[in-house]
Amino acid sequence: MTSTVGRMLIVLLPFLVIAVFWATAVMERRIAGHPGQRGFFERNGIAISIYLLAAIGIWILLMIVLPQLYMVDYSFHPKLPAAQRGGEKDVYTLENYRYFIFGSTVRTDQFNTLHLRAFFLTIGASIFITILNFAICYPIAYYMAQVAGPARLRVLLLLLIIPYWVNEILRAFALVIIFGTSGLINTALLNLGAVSNPIDFLGHDIALYTGLSYAYLLIMVFPLFNAIESLDKNQIEAARDLGAPWWHIHLFVVMPFAKPGIASGCTLVFMLTAGALAAPLILGGPKSLWFTPIVYDRFYQAFNWNQGSAYAFVLLLACIAFVLLVLKLFKVSLGEIAR
Amino acid sequence: MSANVELDHVTIRFGSFIAVKGATLNIENGEFFSFLGPSGCGKTTILRTISGFLDPSEGAVRIGGRDMRGIGPNKRPTALIFQNLALFPLMTVAENITYGLRVRGVSREKRRRRADELLNLIALPGTGDKLVSELSGGMRQRVAIARALAVEPQVLLLDEPLSALDLKLRQHMRNELRIIQQRVGITFIYITHDQGEALTMSDRIAVMNAGVIEQVGDGRSIYDRPETAFVASFVGENNPFDGRVVAAEDGHAVVESAFGRLRGRNRGGLGVGDPAILFVRPETFSLGTGQADSTVESEVLNVAFEGNMTHLFFRGPDSKKPIVITVPRGTGASMPEQGSRTAIRFDPEEALVLPAGRLARD
Repeated sequence: MTSTVGRMLIVLLPFLVIAVFWATAVMERRIAGHPGQRGFFERNGIAISIYLLAAIGIWILLMIVLPQLYMVDYSFHPKLPAAQRGGEKDVYTLENYRYFIFGSTVRTDQFNTLHLRAFFLTIGASIFITILNFAICYPIAYYMAQVAGPARLRVLLLLLIIPYWVNEILRAFALVIIFGTSGLINTALLNLGAVSNPIDFLGHDIALYTGLSYAYLLIMVFPLFNAIESLDKNQIEAARDLGAPWWHIHLFVVMPFAKPGIASGCTLVFMLTAGALAAPLILGGPKSLWFTPIVYDRFYQAFNWNQGSAYAFVLLLACIAFVLLVLKLFKVSLGEIAR
Repeated sequence: MSANVELDHVTIRFGSFIAVKGATLNIENGEFFSFLGPSGCGKTTILRTISGFLDPSEGAVRIGGRDMRGIGPNKRPTALIFQNLALFPLMTVAENITYGLRVRGVSREKRRRRADELLNLIALPGTGDKLVSELSGGMRQRVAIARALAVEPQVLLLDEPLSALDLKLRQHMRNELRIIQQRVGITFIYITHDQGEALTMSDRIAVMNAGVIEQVGDGRSIYDRPETAFVASFVGENNPFDGRVVAAEDGHAVVESAFGRLRGRNRGGLGVGDPAILFVRPETFSLGTGQADSTVESEVLNVAFEGNMTHLFFRGPDSKKPIVITVPRGTGASMPEQGSRTAIRFDPEEALVLPAGRLARD
C-alpha cells in the first residue's frame, strides 16, 4: 500500500509545487499592486517558467523533502525482514525512540546511558566548538572587513581558502599524523624534554576537538566578514571619539550590528559540527563518544535502518530546537540570517 | 569648559604625499572657527589630526596648552560630528545621545536625565525612544550634535555636517548651529567647502588650498582683502585680469592686461614687471565708461534677470570664463543688448592687484 501511494506522491507532488509557485507568483503581483509589472511567466516565457518551477520543485521534493519524510516514517516502524514489510506486523511504534532513551525496545527501567551521554556530549561539545570558532574567527573577520587594505585582503582570503581545497578526510588524517603518539607534536615534546612519555592526544579526544574546530572555520569567517564589512567605519570612529575603549566598541557597536552574521555563522557551524562524521570516525579515540558514528553504526553495523532513522531524527530535532532557542534568546529572526 | 586649539607647524604626510604643510594657527577659546577649502585641500586631515585619529608627521597639536601627541581620540577633550553623522542605527535616539556617558559608566538614571536635557537643547523633546531611522535628516543632524555635546567636550569638531541636507534645511541649520554654539560656549571647529556656511557662521575662517593655509581672518576681511589669488577667486565671485605690473605707486598698481592697463590697490607691494592678477568683484562693476585705467569694453554674452539684480556676462580675457557683473534693481540703468559691445567701469579702490597664482577651479 505504502509503495503505490509513495509512487503516486512522487509523480504528483512536483505538479502541486508548480501550482503553489504559480499561485504565489500571482498573489505577489496582486499584493504589489503594479498592474504594469510583468509577472514571473511573462518575464521568463511559459517554457522556461515551467522548466524552472519543475526543476526546483522536483529537486526540493525528491532530494530533500521526500527522503527526509521517508526517514521520519522509517523511524516509527519496527525493523522487520523484507518479507514482512507492509504486513500486519508493520505497525507504527515508538520502539526505536524507546531504545535510544532506555536501551531496550520494550523495557523502560533503566536509561541507555551510553547513547544518551554521547548525545548530550555531542551537543555540548558542538556548542563549545562553535564558541571557540567564533572567538577565533571574529578577530580575523574584523581585520579583513575593517582593517586590511584590498591587497592584504586578497592574500588573506587565499590563505583561508586554499587549505580547504584539501578534502576533509585528508585533513583529518593529517591531524592523526600530527597528534599521533609518534607524531610531530609528541616527537617535538619528547625531544625538548617537556614530557617523558608521549601524550595520547587521540585517546583524549584532543585531536578530535581540534579537527572539528578547524573543519568549519571558513563557514564561520564568511558570514562574519560579510556582516562586519557593511558596517560604516565612521561608526567605529564615532564610538572611539566618544571615549569608548576597544572592547566596548566591539561589544556594543560592532557585534550588535553583525548579529545576523554571527547568528548565521554560529548556527551553520553548530549544525555541521554536531552532524560531522568524517572527523569523529578518523580522529575519535577508541573511547570517543560522538553521536554521529553511533547513528552510522545503527545503519551499517546493526543494519537497523529504522533505529538509525530515529537516532538521526533525534539529532536533527535537537539541533533545530537548540538553534531556534538561541535565535530567540538573541532576538534574531530567521529572515535576518538569510540577509 | 572650553579650550583653545593650537596648531604648531603641523605637517601631515601620507607616504610621499603631503596632505597638510606647516599649518600654524591658534583657535581661540570659545571661537567658531572654520576651515574652508575645496575637496582634497587637507581640511579634513587637519580635523582628524585635532580629533586624534591621526598624529602629525611634524609639529604639534595642543589643546588647552597640552600637547596631544600619542593621545587617542577616546582620550581627547574633543568630540567629532561626522559628515554622514555616523549615528548608531540599532540604538534609540536617547541611547545614541548618551553612548559616551555609558562608556564613562554614568548611571542609567543620570543618562536618562542628561538625554532629556540635551533633547530640549536641540528642540526635540520626547523623541528619546524613537529609532534614528524614524527621524528626518534635520532631526538626525541635531541628534548627532547632542551626542557629541553629551560628553561635554571642550572642543566640538564638525566635518561638513550639513552637506547631506537640502538647501532650505541647510540655511536653517546654520542659524541653529550658531545658536547652539553661543549657548554652550565651547570652541567649534567647522570644516566646509561651502563659503556661504563659513561666512555666515564663523568668527574666523582659515582658507586652505593644496595642504596650505592661505589666509586666516574673519569673513569680512577674507572677502574684502584676500591676500592670494586663490582666496580671491575661491571666496565669492571674482573677475581675474592677469598680466604684468607696469606701474606701482601710492599703494596702487597698474596691470597690463588683455583689456589694456587697469589700476587697482597694491596691498602685496608688487613691483614693476611682477606677474600679477587684478581682481574686480561683480558688484564693483557698473555700466558706463569711466577713467581709462578702470574701464573694460567687451561683448555682452548674456543678460540674466534674477529679480533683485541682473547678472551680465561679458566675453572675458580668455574664452573660458566670462566677466560677470551684477547690477542691482532700481538703479535705472538700461540693460545693454546681447551681442553689443559695452563699456563697464569699476572703482580702482575696490579692485585688488595680487601676485599671480593658482585660481580656484569652479
